[in-house]
Amino acid sequence: MTHAIEVSGLRKAFGDKVVLDGIDLDVQAGTVFSLLGPNGAGKTTTVNVLTTLLRADGGTVRVAGHDVAAEPKAVRRAIGVTGQFAAVDELLTGQENLQLMVDLSPVPAKDGKRIVAELLERFDLVESAQQAASTYSGGMRRKLDLAMTLVGSPRIIFLDEPTTGLDPRSRRTMWSIVRDLVADGVTIFLTTQYLDEADKLADRVAVLDQGRIVAQGTPGELKRRLPGTHVRLRFDSAGELDAAARVLPDATRDDESLALRVPSDGGTTSLRALLDRLDEYSLSAEEFSVHTPDLDDVFLALTGHATEVAAK
Amino acid sequence: MNSHSMVMLRRDFKHLTRNPTSVFNAVLMPIVLMLMFVYMLGDAFSVGVDYVDYATPGLMLMAVCYGLGGTATAVNADMTKGVINRFKVMDVSRGAVLTGHVVTSVLTNLIAIAALVGVAFLLGFDASASALDWLGVAGMVVLLATAAGWFTVALGLSAKSPETAGMAAVPLVLLPFFSSAIVPADKMGPGLREFAEYQPFTPIIETLRGLLNGAPSSGDAIAAVAWCVGIGLVGYVWARSTFSKRA
Repeated sequence: MTHAIEVSGLRKAFGDKVVLDGIDLDVQAGTVFSLLGPNGAGKTTTVNVLTTLLRADGGTVRVAGHDVAAEPKAVRRAIGVTGQFAAVDELLTGQENLQLMVDLSPVPAKDGKRIVAELLERFDLVESAQQAASTYSGGMRRKLDLAMTLVGSPRIIFLDEPTTGLDPRSRRTMWSIVRDLVADGVTIFLTTQYLDEADKLADRVAVLDQGRIVAQGTPGELKRRLPGTHVRLRFDSAGELDAAARVLPDATRDDESLALRVPSDGGTTSLRALLDRLDEYSLSAEEFSVHTPDLDDVFLALTGHATEVAAK
Repeated sequence: MNSHSMVMLRRDFKHLTRNPTSVFNAVLMPIVLMLMFVYMLGDAFSVGVDYVDYATPGLMLMAVCYGLGGTATAVNADMTKGVINRFKVMDVSRGAVLTGHVVTSVLTNLIAIAALVGVAFLLGFDASASALDWLGVAGMVVLLATAAGWFTVALGLSAKSPETAGMAAVPLVLLPFFSSAIVPADKMGPGLREFAEYQPFTPIIETLRGLLNGAPSSGDAIAAVAWCVGIGLVGYVWARSTFSKRA
């Protein structure tokens, strides 16, 4: 199996409102694919169709080699899904939640106890295993949710905004869990509205905006569609800006903010050369910063409007 | 019942034991009502027989209704918190999730009614029902609880939030007051009287009352069974279609 997920021409509308307007995706087995977009772009609807929860209005969707409309049972056997809200049973303990998944999955009962114990260990939930999930923190709930998804050892895992609402430390924990899963050969389909998350985790990223894929590629490819890394120098006066612009002919000037953008690879050698050159002409910049384009820049360049996250 | 249904049933019962509010509403509330009506208000009503004898069948029906709020809330919590989606993606047999809730609801009702009838006997309830009549009572109660259970599960699945789901079940709690549960319908004012006579709970209560008195009326019984089957079918179809559509 080389294609874990193949989507072509996927369309879905709720009444008059078109949510997905012809989406094509191709996810290779054993990779992390990230669907990136702001709130309301159609990410969750896409996940719901791909995981057999919703029926598409048009197009074909194959997951693990099976058509989601024709063979939903075969698809369900191959996938695991962690939804946008941690779908844990709050009145049950962590251990009971996992045991429930074992009881409902085809996992043989004799392996169940071992699997539950291993998952509690792996997700650092042993100490709270006997407490009701309602007492768990947001990060613990997400971990329990993901542990529940892993009970049947699915080969394709859908994570719908797995880190939304988590504190930075829990986000990092979640990221390292995702990396471990990929190392085991699992395919991950991840939706996120955090650009750095897609950048850090994904092999390929598709940018979803108002029901359409506006760009698709590796994070690197998407970044290459933008001006490269550069150094930004801001000066005190127009006179200094003029002088610096004469000395650095490659630079583009921004008169309004008295700044120069100097192309650079961001390495120490070229930075030292740049600083030496300023020094040579007794010029000093008020502010110095190195800019590497991130996916925020990509999103802005591709859609012509900022993401909600970036706009805040 | 398949193994998934058993797993769901175990889960729903664990919920019940860990959620004292729903147990209070389902089991203790009807008993509180019974004590209130029989001791405080019973002497003020002239119904021709001992008030506890008159009120017990109606309170049995109310005991079913008081249990439903918890069922609606529990079903809705499963729906809105994504638990049902998790089960759907795991290919849990689609009936199991709903059947689990309905069976839990019915069993809660039966426990509540057993407790209620126990208290009624302590208060001097005098039933002239034969063993066969009691069997009829049990059958009527199970039929009612199952029908109301499916209807409530559908309400719970359709509601936007657990709070609105709880609200949606309120009419089911209020409806018995406008039936022959507490006072005979023919003692009510015009308008209300007709409503009380023709609403579904009245024939059900009258059937229970007849059976407990050892003198069941077949007209009431046919109407009662027809209402239950109708309500149950509507609830079942509505619940199944909402379950498969809503994601």
